[in-house]
Amino acid sequence: MTSENIPQDLINAIGIESSPLENDIEKGAIRRFAEAIEDSNPIYTDESYAKKLNYRSVVAPPTFLRSVLTNPLPDNIKSPYSAVVDGGSVWEYFEPVCAGDIITTKTKLQDVFDRDGRLGNMIFIIRVTSYTNQNSELVATQTTTSITYEPKEN
Amino acid sequence: MNQNLYLEDISNGMEIPTVKKDPTTQQLVKYAGASGDFYQIHYDMDYAKNNGLPGVILHGALKNAFLAQLLTDWIGPLGKLNKLEVQYRGMDLPGVPVYAKGNVKEISSDGTINCEIWLEKEDGEKTTVGKAIITLPSKN
Repeated sequence: MTSENIPQDLINAIGIESSPLENDIEKGAIRRFAEAIEDSNPIYTDESYAKKLNYRSVVAPPTFLRSVLTNPLPDNIKSPYSAVVDGGSVWEYFEPVCAGDIITTKTKLQDVFDRDGRLGNMIFIIRVTSYTNQNSELVATQTTTSITYEPKEN
Repeated sequence: MNQNLYLEDISNGMEIPTVKKDPTTQQLVKYAGASGDFYQIHYDMDYAKNNGLPGVILHGALKNAFLAQLLTDWIGPLGKLNKLEVQYRGMDLPGVPVYAKGNVKEISSDGTINCEIWLEKEDGEKTTVGKAIITLPSKN
C-alpha cells in the first residue's frame, strides 16, 4: 500500500529484520514479573510444582516475553509522527518458556499503512517478534500494532 | 488453586470465570520495572496530564497480562494457550477495578476452542477486547 502520508523510506523498510539478541530467562525475573501482574499461579514461582507437571523449571507467564529484549530496527525506520499508542498485540504460542532457557529474539517490520480517524491521519506500524529457544524451537511470536499520530495543538 | 479442565467440560457459549483485578499506581511501577516499559504516562502524573491524559494509565501489556491470567486460571495446568489477541480500545486508570471476562465462541472439529475475551469496568465499558484459542486434554 502506498500513501502520500508515509515516507518512502518507511515503505521500503517493510520486511527488514533486527539482528538477533540472546536473553537468559532468569527465575527471579519470572517471579518479579508474576508478582507485578499479581498472578499467584504457583507454576511461575514454585519449581517443584512446575517439575511435577514435567516442566524443566518454573514457567514464564504468557506475556512475560514482553520483558525480553530485542535489538531495535534501524533508526531511520520510524513514523514521521511524534506520538504513539499501543494498539494491541497478537501472541502465538508453540512451546513453553522456562527459567534457564536462552531465548533469541528477532523483530521484523511486517507492514505499514495509514488511516484517518479521530486522531487525524494515523500511521500503523506492524512488527512481528519471533522468540526461539536454545534448541532452535520457535516458542512464540508476538505481532504488535503501534499507532502513531501528530498531537493537535490545543 | 488450578482445577484441571477437560474438553468434555466445554460447551458453546459457556462463560469463563471472571477474574477481578485492582490495579494501583504501585502495581504500575512494579510492572514498569518487571517489563522494562518506562514510558512516563504510566507513573508520572504531570507527564501524563501534559499529554492530555486524565492521569497515569495502565500499560496495555499489563491489561494483556490480566487477560492471559483469565485464560490460564480457567484452563489449569493441563490446558494450552495457543493464541492470544488483544486490542486496546479505552484507557484504564489505577484505583479503578477491572474485570477480565470471556466466553466460548466455537469448538472446532480438531478440538481447538475459540474464545472471546475482554476487560470491563464496573459500568460495563469494555476497554480491551480480544480473542483466544486454547486446547484442552480429553478425558478419554
